[in-house]
Amino acid sequence: MSKRIDVKDLNVYYSKFLAVEGVNIEIKPRSVTAFIGPSGCGKSTFLRTLNRMHEVIPGARVEGEVLLDGDNLYDQNVDPVNVRSQIGMVFQRPNPFPTMSIRDNVLAGVKLNNKRISRSDADNLVEKSLRGANLWNEVKDRLDRPGSGLSGGQQQRLCIARAIAVSPEVILMDEPCSALDPISTLAIEDLINELKNDYTVVIVTHNMQQAARVSDKTAFFNIAGTGKPGKLIEYGETATIFSKPTVKATEDYVSGRFG
Amino acid sequence: MTSATLARRQSHLTKGKLPSYAVWLVLGAALVFGAAAASLVGFSAVSWGLFSALFFLLAATAVTAVVEGGRKATDSLATYLVYGAFIVALLPLLSVLWTVLERGLPGLSYDFLFTSLNGVTGAVDNASVANGTPVLGGAYHAVVGTLQITLWATAISVPIGLLAAVYLVEYGTGGPLTRAITFFVDVMTGIPSIVAGLFAAALFGLLFGPGTRTGFVAAVALSVLMIPVVVRSTEEMLKIVPNELREAAYALGVRKWRTITKVVIPTAISGIASGVTLAIARVIGETAPILVTAGFASAINWNVFSGWMSTLPTLIYYQILTPTSPTNTDPSTQRAWAAALLLILMVMLLNLAARLIARMFAPKTSR
Amino acid sequence: MSTTTLTETRGAGQSGDKIFSGATLAAGCLILAVLFSVAMFLLVQALPVAGADPAEITGGEGFSTYIFPIVIGTVVAAAIALLIATPLGIGVALFISHYAPRRLAQSFGYVIDLLAAIPSVVYGAWGYAVLAPELAKGYAWLAENLGWIPIFEGPASQTGRTMLTAGIVLAVMVLPIITSLSREIFLQTPNLHEEAALAMGATRWEMIRMAVLPFARPGIISAAMLGLGRALGETMAVALVLSGGALTASLIASGNQTIAAEIALNFPEAFGLRLSELIAAGLVLFVITLAVNMVARWIITRHKEFSGAN
Repeated sequence: MSKRIDVKDLNVYYSKFLAVEGVNIEIKPRSVTAFIGPSGCGKSTFLRTLNRMHEVIPGARVEGEVLLDGDNLYDQNVDPVNVRSQIGMVFQRPNPFPTMSIRDNVLAGVKLNNKRISRSDADNLVEKSLRGANLWNEVKDRLDRPGSGLSGGQQQRLCIARAIAVSPEVILMDEPCSALDPISTLAIEDLINELKNDYTVVIVTHNMQQAARVSDKTAFFNIAGTGKPGKLIEYGETATIFSKPTVKATEDYVSGRFG
Repeated sequence: MTSATLARRQSHLTKGKLPSYAVWLVLGAALVFGAAAASLVGFSAVSWGLFSALFFLLAATAVTAVVEGGRKATDSLATYLVYGAFIVALLPLLSVLWTVLERGLPGLSYDFLFTSLNGVTGAVDNASVANGTPVLGGAYHAVVGTLQITLWATAISVPIGLLAAVYLVEYGTGGPLTRAITFFVDVMTGIPSIVAGLFAAALFGLLFGPGTRTGFVAAVALSVLMIPVVVRSTEEMLKIVPNELREAAYALGVRKWRTITKVVIPTAISGIASGVTLAIARVIGETAPILVTAGFASAINWNVFSGWMSTLPTLIYYQILTPTSPTNTDPSTQRAWAAALLLILMVMLLNLAARLIARMFAPKTSR
Repeated sequence: MSTTTLTETRGAGQSGDKIFSGATLAAGCLILAVLFSVAMFLLVQALPVAGADPAEITGGEGFSTYIFPIVIGTVVAAAIALLIATPLGIGVALFISHYAPRRLAQSFGYVIDLLAAIPSVVYGAWGYAVLAPELAKGYAWLAENLGWIPIFEGPASQTGRTMLTAGIVLAVMVLPIITSLSREIFLQTPNLHEEAALAMGATRWEMIRMAVLPFARPGIISAAMLGLGRALGETMAVALVLSGGALTASLIASGNQTIAAEIALNFPEAFGLRLSELIAAGLVLFVITLAVNMVARWIITRHKEFSGAN
């Protein structure tokens, strides 16, 4: 249940503006990869191109290839909907569906696609997903309550449960802890460590300690100046990036000298 | 610092300021002089009110100008005018509601609600006046017509309005078509209701021969008025659905149309439903388009596709302008006001329902 | 489970997308088509008037002679309504936004919105039965004492069913429109501007004149224009209140007529050329209100910051 991602010469445009330029990266299955870099360097934009979520923004387009186990996401007859059901995403702010109960939120991916599922299968899926997101024990007695009644950290774990319920190959996380308190953040970080046993996890984070704690490999993105495209500066083992990076800009950034 | 200096400093700030009871003194004097002046031209509540208000404005401003200075006088004049504007705006509202209640209540009976005007002629009215018996005939046929026509208008407008709003918010790219639709929806909200009626009459006149008048033609006319209202309110509601919810659904591999129908619309449904209810309240009281499209009937007609139909507003209109019995207009007037009361009750109930819907079906944000 | 490939298509889902987006597009285009056909059908049905012998037209002197007085009547009635309702509406809006106690302001807003909920035929009935008789006394006094002014020339109407009464009823009807739009805009005035004015020692009225009114001017103008559009097209109030007739300068005597009321009063019995005449009159009304509304919308869109107003 986990696939590798290879990105070749990827450029991302917003209409005519080149936002991210020339990214080449290989992400191994069953690993956690962190994207770090200053604000506006294109790391979130790039993350969104990995499951074609950038297409939601009018005018956004890419050049280059993103291969999921060798299949190009941007081949002509690839349906972006299929891409997204294999590559899930968790967002900056927890966003459970306000009209649905906790249980329905977990089943959203299944139910919204009108797939038939038996009552017992659904129960099993809900329990499995919520256990996978370390949330089962906290919510098992109130599955029919609205998901928006949970705390921020619980909501974010509910969103993770919702993402893994559709059994994706890859889970993308766009600053999943930036709206959470430290204790909830810790719970999510623990969860990420468990998730990598089954999934390829890619996480964008502003928090360098978090990147150091959770990731196996780290990619540093940077931008030369306003209006210039973001670029992948350095990519390697997390330990290497944080202890002896090869590029000066990376060293400046991880040691807190700018950004 | 002694208490004496404190007191002096306070008086320094309040120096040259009118005591708060001064306004009431001036008002009292204005009322007295207003009554005197009004009796000179013929005393009535209206002339008394007018003169008193005029005297109060002049006197209060003059007093303030003398004691507190010109700037303060302008300020208080503005304050009185603004308060006055609100009071003046309330007068017609209170007068209308009072009139409708006072004149409508006597006629609003069970018989009025559940009998039609079929067979009620001038002779019948003359007899009931002469014998002092209760007024016969009611608004049942008009209630049936109102409900039928409004129902059909809603059935036409809601799907079109809803889909168009979805197009504008979810599919519109800001291109010329989107801008054109937005602009013309705005323009459409300003179509005079009589013109909407003429359009429906002209359309069906061309299709089925001149003089085609049925409830359905009226429903089409009302739809022209209702669609822009539904589009506008639905658009507003869809716009406030957070984009994060759409993205969450897309990221689960849900198709756009299912995202819209299963996530976006359910999230906005309370606002949409209350907007639709308000739109219904808006067209249920329309008269002019009905006059030119549905004709007028005194008997019950359940079929919107054939035959003339009455609604409450046209009933009110005809009962006032062309009373059933030209010599004894009282029974017709009574029926008209009873129908007006019924109509206002329906509109108010719809408005209330809209508020309740908005509150009840709002997405649950907490436990 | 992980054997699904990217190119596997779910035909049903994809066609669902196409059908749904097609339906929404169709609905959007239908609205354009309706507006277009409103104009077209009125035009087609009104055409016979253009070719008709002037002697056959009501009044016997051609369509322009027929339509001119009722266009003037329409404009005059709407102008009276606007003259009364605009200052009053601004005052009420200021009261709700800046003068009324905070806790009550919203309830006051609802009360004024109630004015908009009352059906126009009820206003008409009220104007006919309550307002007109009340005003008739005042009209008699005006004709007696100010009769030398053309608009107050006698003989005053005994019933009070005159142009001025119709204008006042229309003013009541457009008041909630002007009030609610102005209120929205007043509430959007940047707090900083207001506080800056107050900090300079301005009185409340000076603050409003310095900060609120300049900011809200375009919004007030478009609110008044939308009110005008409503007043021009309003039918029932005029049809019931005004005892119509030939064009006269006096606003307190019987006479004058508006397009909308002319149509409503005559359409039920009209056929043949008379029908075309009335539809042509409707077309004229449509064009006038369309122009007024488009100008109002144009002002609103030019000042995008006021878009919250609608």
